[in-house]
Amino acid sequence: MAEDCILELRRVSKAFGAHQAVSNVSLAVPRGAFFSLLGPSGCGKTTTLRLVAGFENPDEGEIWLNGSRLAGPGESLPPYRRNVNTVFQSYALFPHLTVRGNIEFGLRRKRADRIEERLRAVLEQVQLSDKELRRTSQLSGGERQRVALARSLVLEPDVLLLDEPLSALDPQLRKQVRAELKDLQRRVGVTFLFVTHDQEEALSMSDFVAVLNHGAVEQVGPPEEVYRHPATRFVASFLGAMNWIDGVGLRPEALRLSRQAADGSRRAIVTGKTFLGPMVYVEATLESGETCSAQASNGATGFQAGETVHVSWDAADEVRL
Amino acid sequence: MKRLRSVFLAPTSVILAATLVAPLAIVCVYSFLSRGAYGGVREPLSLENYTRLWDPLYGLIFWRSFWIAGISTAICLVLGFPLAMFIASSGRRKTLYLSLVILPFWTSFLIRIYAWMFLLRDTGLINTALQAMGVIREPLPMLYNDGAVILGLVYGFLPFMVLPLYATLERLDASLIEASADLGARPFETFFRVTLPLCAPGIRAGAILVFVPSLGTYLTSDLLGGSKTILIGNLVQNQFTAARDWPFGAAASLALMIIATALLFAARRSGEELL
Repeated sequence: MAEDCILELRRVSKAFGAHQAVSNVSLAVPRGAFFSLLGPSGCGKTTTLRLVAGFENPDEGEIWLNGSRLAGPGESLPPYRRNVNTVFQSYALFPHLTVRGNIEFGLRRKRADRIEERLRAVLEQVQLSDKELRRTSQLSGGERQRVALARSLVLEPDVLLLDEPLSALDPQLRKQVRAELKDLQRRVGVTFLFVTHDQEEALSMSDFVAVLNHGAVEQVGPPEEVYRHPATRFVASFLGAMNWIDGVGLRPEALRLSRQAADGSRRAIVTGKTFLGPMVYVEATLESGETCSAQASNGATGFQAGETVHVSWDAADEVRL
Repeated sequence: MKRLRSVFLAPTSVILAATLVAPLAIVCVYSFLSRGAYGGVREPLSLENYTRLWDPLYGLIFWRSFWIAGISTAICLVLGFPLAMFIASSGRRKTLYLSLVILPFWTSFLIRIYAWMFLLRDTGLINTALQAMGVIREPLPMLYNDGAVILGLVYGFLPFMVLPLYATLERLDASLIEASADLGARPFETFFRVTLPLCAPGIRAGAILVFVPSLGTYLTSDLLGGSKTILIGNLVQNQFTAARDWPFGAAASLALMIIATALLFAARRSGEELL
């Protein structure tokens, strides 16, 4: 185990009946990192998180936290003995308790000292000092999310587990909260293990991304590396759009469209456009029958459907898998 | 739409008016009249039936009724909660277990109480078996006491506790239980700090459904309690039969009803959520 790793999963597997939810997953999460588990629904990312939290026990493999074993063959610490805390997808705030009651809950169970002081500090941190005595049903979505965060962070866990914590927020708020969450993580310095199916979320917030598919890890690395050098076709396609021309992968932003033919360019017929505000995606069909989607800046193009264009790219942008 | 609704509600309204409101009105009027020589009622109007209820003798009967109904409710809660939790967590077998809980309703309550008498009496199954095995010499006095009445009430009304508890537990968000454990609560702390408080509506509904009918019971106390256990229900029944004092019986039953209704109103909020 690397010295700077706070959490490590070693060849962990978990099946539910005939369904292999997690198979042979090994991960090493560096201390203080924002580490994302990214993948489509059913890829095993939430089960992996639940294995770390202790809600599920692994069939095989070991989970180590901060030098001690949480789970291994034949033994597994219950959730209340693990120094990790979870922010649930639905937040799971206790409806019979106030904001204060929710945040105090863990401190009281652990018979912590300086409860009042720690409560004040965390309320300040998530900017809920004025909502202390509210019922959780009286809070907005963003406030509920902050209570869920505060309730966990106040316990100073070794790792904070977040299960798609932004999915319950409306899209407008989501982008703003993304930045806030990243900022909070940097300030408190707690290791985040963050589950999401949203590649933009994972890429924009994480120090490391682990891409999961069918219960297995496809690739782990910093967002840029995973995006630029995907290890598998699945990773290439799941992280952003990918065109496949002559068996090589090309990102939409790597393709150039022109009305003039150039050395090595391909002829294609424009089939449609998707306007996205600052940019336009131009869809075209190559003579080979392959389709591609090229990103063009908004002002630059007046390409119309049915028009013949020439597609070119730099060899350096080719992704070979 | 509105007219259609009244068409469908009409039969129920008529039945309720004829079988509930009208008799209740009669009972109410009777309770203010005087006793006829051979049963029945006659003038003059008086409040005497109500003032008689303050007699310590009747106060004791009311008190014992509340006590027995309260104990029975508490036992139903203690027995019913684990059962409801078990059913709520048993996945595909839920339906089977729920049907088993309701199964006794398929047989007449009277017959089931007689079955208990057969089990509990001195020459009953339990005593005979214990004597045959040499565990006891003299039969244990299991019938005709308060214990037997409480047993009968718990047995009869347990499903009324289990069903609303099950309904709340079933709807309980499982992630709340996980969140509790996640925040460091041991299983018993999770039970008392999360599960139990969140089941308050079900507990209140179940308690009402057990307590109110237990309070008015007369069959169970008559058959299992013998002549030693007189509850409000038996008092009322006696006034209308042996004692031939209809006005006093009417007053006693109205007093019971008022108390029970007050209790229902006290717990109305939770009742609305579930009933």
